[in-house]
Amino acid sequence: MSRLTQFGNSLYTGERSFDFVGRRRTWYLIAAAFVILAIGLTALRGGFLFGIEFRGGSEFRVQDTTVVDDVGSAQATAIAGDAVESVVPGASPRVSIVGGNSIRVQTEQLTPTETDDVREALAEAYGVDETSVSSSFIGATWGADITRQALIALVVFLTLASLVMAIYFRTWKMALAAMVALFHDLIVTTGLYGVLGLEITPAAVIGFLTILGYSLYDTVVVFDKVRENTSEDGVESRRTFAQSVNLAVNQTLVRSINTSIVAVLPTASILFVGSFLLGAGTLRDIALALFIGTIVGTYSSIFLAAPLYVHLRENEPEVKKQGSRPKPVRPESGAVR
Amino acid sequence: MVRSTPERKAIRSLVWLLVIIIALVGANAASVLFNNGQWTPKLALDLEGGTQITLSPQLASGESVTEEQLNQAVAIIRQRVDAGGVSEAEINTQGGQNIVVSIPGTPDDETLARIQSSAKLEFRAVLLADVASSSTIGEEGSEDGAEPGASPSADPSASPSATEEPEESASPTPSASPTDASDLAWVTPELQEQFDTFDCSSLDVVGANVAPVDEPLVTCEQDDSIKYILGPAEVAGERITNARADLIASSTGVTTNEWGVFIEFDGEGTQQFRTVTERLVSLSGVQNQFAIVLDGRVISAPRTISAITDGRPQISGSFTEESAQTLADQLRFGALPIGFEVQSSENISATLGVSQLQSGIIAGVIGLILVALYSFLQYRALGGVVLSSLAIAAIITYLVITYLSNQQGFRLSLAGVAGLVISIGVIADSFIVYFERIRDELRDGRSVDGAVEAGWKRAWRTILISDVINFIAAIVLFVLAVGNVRGFAYTLGITTVVDLIVVALFTHPMMQLLGRTRFFGGGHPLSGLDPKALGAVYRGRAQFRTPEGVAATKIASSGREAQRRQTIAERKAAEAAASTGKKDAR
Repeated sequence: MSRLTQFGNSLYTGERSFDFVGRRRTWYLIAAAFVILAIGLTALRGGFLFGIEFRGGSEFRVQDTTVVDDVGSAQATAIAGDAVESVVPGASPRVSIVGGNSIRVQTEQLTPTETDDVREALAEAYGVDETSVSSSFIGATWGADITRQALIALVVFLTLASLVMAIYFRTWKMALAAMVALFHDLIVTTGLYGVLGLEITPAAVIGFLTILGYSLYDTVVVFDKVRENTSEDGVESRRTFAQSVNLAVNQTLVRSINTSIVAVLPTASILFVGSFLLGAGTLRDIALALFIGTIVGTYSSIFLAAPLYVHLRENEPEVKKQGSRPKPVRPESGAVR
Repeated sequence: MVRSTPERKAIRSLVWLLVIIIALVGANAASVLFNNGQWTPKLALDLEGGTQITLSPQLASGESVTEEQLNQAVAIIRQRVDAGGVSEAEINTQGGQNIVVSIPGTPDDETLARIQSSAKLEFRAVLLADVASSSTIGEEGSEDGAEPGASPSADPSASPSATEEPEESASPTPSASPTDASDLAWVTPELQEQFDTFDCSSLDVVGANVAPVDEPLVTCEQDDSIKYILGPAEVAGERITNARADLIASSTGVTTNEWGVFIEFDGEGTQQFRTVTERLVSLSGVQNQFAIVLDGRVISAPRTISAITDGRPQISGSFTEESAQTLADQLRFGALPIGFEVQSSENISATLGVSQLQSGIIAGVIGLILVALYSFLQYRALGGVVLSSLAIAAIITYLVITYLSNQQGFRLSLAGVAGLVISIGVIADSFIVYFERIRDELRDGRSVDGAVEAGWKRAWRTILISDVINFIAAIVLFVLAVGNVRGFAYTLGITTVVDLIVVALFTHPMMQLLGRTRFFGGGHPLSGLDPKALGAVYRGRAQFRTPEGVAATKIASSGREAQRRQTIAERKAAEAAASTGKKDAR
C-alpha cells in the first residue's frame, strides 16, 4: 500500500494530526496577506487588463484578396497576425476569413497613427491596394449587459447557495465560512491575472466562474465530514468542538490531496498543451485560472473555512460546554437491575 | 439462483443505467433520422465559424442613432438570439452605427426575422377600414382577415363576422379636434386622401411605416387584404410584462389547433387596456374593433365583445408554432429602439480552428491518462473502477451533448471543451470521496461489503449536497445570465447530473458486486481494500473490534455485567456447555 494510505490511517485514528484549527491565526494572516497582495498589486498595475471582447477595439477588413485561394485559410490568417505584430508588438489579433475572400482582423483599440500603419502593413501583406483595407471601431462582444446579468445571477446564486447550506448544515455559520473562503479564492485567482498583467478574456471569466463552483464544492465536501463528526461527538464528547472539527479536517485530508491532484492533472495538461504548444489563447486563459483556482480552492477549505467555522461557533454556550466537562461518569449498569 | 439484496439492487441499478444509455442512443438516432441531426455535437463560432450578419439602422434622412440606442438594441437582440437556443452568438456594435451579429451555422429566415424586426407593438382603435385596392381578395377575404381573435373573455358564438364589413360610408370630416382615440374627427381630408390612394405593397419595406404614437396611422392587414385608418396608439408594447406562445383554447376550454400569443400587461397597461375596451364595446361597426399593430402592420383587428379587465389579452392571426414563439420572444424582451435591416450576410471562418480543438482533445486525453495512473497508484485495482466510471461518464456526456446540440441548438465552444476536460476532476472526486469513506469504514473494522454499504450512505449525502450546490449554480446562471455565461452554465449542469447518475448507477453497484468477489471482498493487497494496510484492528465477518483505549478492568466488569444480564436460555446453554467441557476434560 502506498505511503499516502498509511498516512491516511494515522490521520484517521488521530495518531497523527495537523493543527489546522489551533494555528488559525497564522492561516488568517497568510490569507489576508494574499488578498491584500492580490488587490494591492493589481491596483498598482492600474487594474485589470481587459480583452477586446470587453472593451471593443479596432477592426480591419481586407477586401477581395486572392491570398486565401492561393495559400489556404490557415496560412492566410497567419499573414494578418504577422502584419499586425510588425506594427504593434504583442497585439495577438483575432483573424477570420469573411465571405471567402475578405480578411477580418480585430485588435485592441489602436491610435490613429497605428491604425494607418496597420492598414499599410495589411495592404502590403495581402498584395492589395490600401483603399481595399477598411478600418472601423467595434464595440464589445461581451457588453455591459452580459456583465450586469452575470452579476445579478451571481448574487442570486450565492444567496441561494448560502440558504441551502444553512438549511442542510443547520447553521448559517458554515455558509458564512464557505462564502468567506469563496471570496478569498476568487480574489487570489483573479488577482494573479491582475498581478501578472494577463489579459482577461471571456474564457478567463468562464474559468473564474468554474473556480467559484469548485471552491464551494470542495468546502461543502470538507464541511460535510465536519458535520458528521461534530454531530456524532455532541455535548457528551471528550473532545472539544475545535478538536472534533480538526479531526474531521484531518480525516478528509487524504481526500483533499487526492481530489486536488486529480482535478489539477487535466488542468495542468491543458495549461501545458495550451501555453507551450499553442501559445496564448483560449485554452491557456481558462486553464491558468483553473490551475491556480483548484489549488487555492482546496487550500482555503482546509486552512480558512474550517478554522473560521470553529472561530464563529466557539463562543456558543452549547459548544463551550463540549469537552469542558470531565470524563462523564456513567453508572455501571442500567437503571433496572 | 438466490441473490442477496445488495446484489439484486446493484444489478437493478446497472440495468437502469443501461436503459438510460440506450434511451439516449435512441433519442439521438431519432433526431438523426427525423430531424436532420448528427452523431457529433455541433461546434460553436470560435471552432467552426458561421455567418456574420451586419445590420444597419433604418433612419430617416437627418436622423442619427445614439450609442445608447445601439447598446440597448444589442442587449435586446442578444436576448432574442439566446431565446432561440444556446448558440453562444457574438453581437457587437461596429463603427458606432451598425450591429454585427455572428452566429454559428447558416441562419434561416425565421432567425433573421427574429433578429432584425424591431417588434414594436401598439394597440390602436380602428377608425376606418376598406378592402385594400391592391388586393384581389374580395369581400369574403376581408371578413376572414378581420375575424375576431384577440378577445379572451369574448363569447365566440356572439361574434358574427358579418358585422365587420368595412364601412364604406363617406367619412365625416369635421374640423373639431378629436375628443378620444375613436373619434372620427381624427380623419382629416388629407388623411382620407392618403387612405384612399394607399397601396399595401408599400408596406413591404420592414419598419417603413412608422407613425408617432399620438397620431393616426394608415396601414394594412398582414395579408394586404384590408387597409385601415387607426386612431393614436393607446397601449404600447412597453407595458407588456410577459408573453408566451400557446395553442388557443375555445370558450369551452377545448384546445384548438390555432397558435396564439398570450400577453400580460403591467398595472398601468391593464388599466389602459381596460379603458380602451370599455369605450370600444359601446361603439358599433368597425369602430368596435381594435387593431394590434406590429412594426406598423396590423396582425389582427378583433371586435370588442366585452371589456377586458384582467390585462391578459391574446393575439391570434394565422400564426404557426414558430412564428408565435418568435413574436412571444420579441415581445418579452421588448422592442428595438430603432428598426434594422440586413446590410450583409457573409460566411465567417473560425477564429480558432481545428488545431485548437485537437489540442484541447489531446490535453483531455493526456489528463485522463494521468488521472488513471494516479488512481491506480492510490487505489490499486479500484483505479479500474475509477477509469470505467469515467468512461461511462464520458459516453453519457457525449450522448447528452449531441442530443442537446440537435434539439436545443447547443454549440460546443473551446471554452466548453476545456470545461468538460476539467469536469473529469470533479466527477473523479465523487469516486474519491466514496472510496475514502469505504476505507474509513474498513479502518473501523467492518467487512468489505459492510464497509461498501456504510461508506456509500455517508458518501452519497456528501456527493448529493455538493452536487446540488453546483446544480443551483448551473440553473441560476442559465436562467439569469446571457451570452457566453449561459453556455458555461449549460455544460456545468450537464456534467453535474452525469456525475450523480454515474456514481449512483455505476460506481456504487460495481462496488457492491466487486465487494462479493474473493479478490476485493477478501481484501487482496492489490485490491485497494486491504484492511491490514488500512490499519483495521480485526478483520472478518463475525469478529468485532475491541474497544480501543479501554482498561482491562472495564472489560472485565462489562463481561460480568453481560453474564448477569443473560437470558435464561443463554444461561442454560452456557451451563450445558460448561458441563460437557468438564466431561470431556475427564
